[in-house]
Amino acid sequence: MPPIIEIQNLGKQYKLAVAEPYMALRDVISSTVKNMLRSDKKKSEKFWALQDINLDIQPGDRTGIIGRNGAGKSTLLKIISRITPPTTGKAIIRGRVGSLLEVGTGFHPELTGRENIYLNGSILGLKKTEITRQFDTIADFSGVERFIDTPLKHYSSGMQLRLAFSVAAHLDPEILLIDEVLAVGDLEFQKKCLGKMEEVSKKDGRTILFVSHNMDSIRKFCPTTILMDGGKIISIGNTEKIINEYVAKHLETKAEMVWENGASSYNKEVTLNRAYLHNENGTVISRFDTTEKVGITLEYQVLKDDAMFTHGINLYNQENTNIFNSHDVTSAIRLEKRKKGNYKATAWIPGNLLPEGIFTLSVALFLPNPLDILVHEHDALSFETYTDFSKLSARGNYADDFPGVVRPLIPWEAIKTN
Amino acid sequence: MAKFTTTIHPPSGFSLGLKELWQYRELFYFFTWRDIKVKYKQTYLGILWALLQPLGMMLIFTFLFSKTWKIDTTPVQYPIFVLAGLILWNLFSASVSHAGESMIKNANIISKIYFPRLIIPCSSILVAFFDFLMGLLIFIVFCIVYQQPVDWSAIIYFPAGIILVLLAAFGTGTFLAALNVKYRDFRYTIPFLMQFLFFASQVIYPLQVVQQTWLKYILAINPVNAAIELFRYPLSGYPIDGNIIMIGTASTFIICFIGLYYFRKTEAFFADLA
Repeated sequence: MPPIIEIQNLGKQYKLAVAEPYMALRDVISSTVKNMLRSDKKKSEKFWALQDINLDIQPGDRTGIIGRNGAGKSTLLKIISRITPPTTGKAIIRGRVGSLLEVGTGFHPELTGRENIYLNGSILGLKKTEITRQFDTIADFSGVERFIDTPLKHYSSGMQLRLAFSVAAHLDPEILLIDEVLAVGDLEFQKKCLGKMEEVSKKDGRTILFVSHNMDSIRKFCPTTILMDGGKIISIGNTEKIINEYVAKHLETKAEMVWENGASSYNKEVTLNRAYLHNENGTVISRFDTTEKVGITLEYQVLKDDAMFTHGINLYNQENTNIFNSHDVTSAIRLEKRKKGNYKATAWIPGNLLPEGIFTLSVALFLPNPLDILVHEHDALSFETYTDFSKLSARGNYADDFPGVVRPLIPWEAIKTN
Repeated sequence: MAKFTTTIHPPSGFSLGLKELWQYRELFYFFTWRDIKVKYKQTYLGILWALLQPLGMMLIFTFLFSKTWKIDTTPVQYPIFVLAGLILWNLFSASVSHAGESMIKNANIISKIYFPRLIIPCSSILVAFFDFLMGLLIFIVFCIVYQQPVDWSAIIYFPAGIILVLLAAFGTGTFLAALNVKYRDFRYTIPFLMQFLFFASQVIYPLQVVQQTWLKYILAINPVNAAIELFRYPLSGYPIDGNIIMIGTASTFIICFIGLYYFRKTEAFFADLA
């Protein structure tokens, strides 16, 4: 049997200037004039969002796609679902494609739940007769059938999402493309939907491509996984193997980041020059034991007088779960109008908070009031944590698998009561 | 399975994609149905608005131009004369305005799902056509009330006028829709263009009042003039100026070609720009 999806040398190039949200005719005219006057024609920057993609997917395969942000995962799905055309190469798709890049596409607040099921179903490629046939199942599955003739604008956002998921779970194409969408909303209900999709796909041998940052869903849903980076396919294979490879390769620790020319805001009031991780002695390191404090220091330069700045970090674990975010709400200087010059800010992640693992940090500088992000460097730093059994941690002496997203050292009190 | 084989490759060549449009006909229906439903939701008078709008305009123009400044439209009485022009004009103007805005309004859908993009401006035109049918109903009622004789040739001339308007609206609408995706300037141009074209169309006056032949033929480039000329013929029996029809039809086909060509050429990139 020929592969159901056959991709050959597929590539997608974006011109950065064109990728702006929209252009005014004035911009085109003025840039044309500028280019005519200037002798060294400045070409618009181009970049390849996807390059040299070759891939065969067999009928009935459930394949996961993982990779960092900007690896090209979503672009690949958009090309296969024909939303955007490739720049090079071709793809042969041997079956009906249903794409679920968003839940509730086309939902209209003025229409009732019933009307929206028909509209959304039809946008997702269901025939009217198919919707009518499945209508009761869809309404029943969503659990909002009591409100089915109420306009959608009176629904809570949770109810809207349930309705949207229900339609999605009843899609019936030969190839289903799913992007991240299942990452939002009510967890229980998502599981119900994934379960339903899995059941249908196993029964009918449906082919699924599933993009996610959530390694757990990939593990549960897909036997095979593709790892992408920088617009290319890095490797394909057994899911567990690929996830390990991803974790090992892409989550190397990075104790220090220096921006040679400064990571600056667009109007250049501040530039971030360096960010690094260190212990309490000030030594720059990237491995901490779980009981240790993790210091994060940002060095930046203020280029204009009289503005206020504050600092922030986002912490992610290796499953890309956002563990926490922190904005500086304690330092005194954040409320002062700054003079030009160099500044330094340090945040401390307390010891006995994180389990063993690899963590990634994004760092940011922003205006406090109103909150406006000036510099936001994603995945700037990363570090590894390990257990030092000579110190008291939440593990105690227990050395086996000890799950949990955080691992605080919880105080326990126990007494004899009689 | 081979029935659904699709090959995806970089955009090249030009085709109308009629076969695909046919495959997606249900979506066509649903978009039109949505827009009609949404349009009159939460209005007290609902669908009656489609009747009241042309009626109101007719009253204003009748008051102005048959009582205050007299425009001679014999043998047709002015209210009938102006209503005939108005319903065709409204069909054109509503189609072009809605189709022109349609791609931006549906940007969220375009960037998430594939379907032949032409469905969107076309369904906007269908929505306007639905309102037109309401207007036509009013027109027929008024013809009866005013005892307006209508020649049998209306069976040919009415549809001919309507089709000409629809084609012209389709060409202009798709062209503006595609331009709007890339250059939002056209958003602001449409109302102005419509106002200009209204006065350049023989809605409130007959084209015969224009003395200079050259000016008349320049005005005929606006296809609405030819359409109204055809539509009013069974009412007045006033001989049709064949040149006006020829110029109007030619310009309709040119507009259609440009609109459709530009739309099909650029639609692949709508999702990247919208």
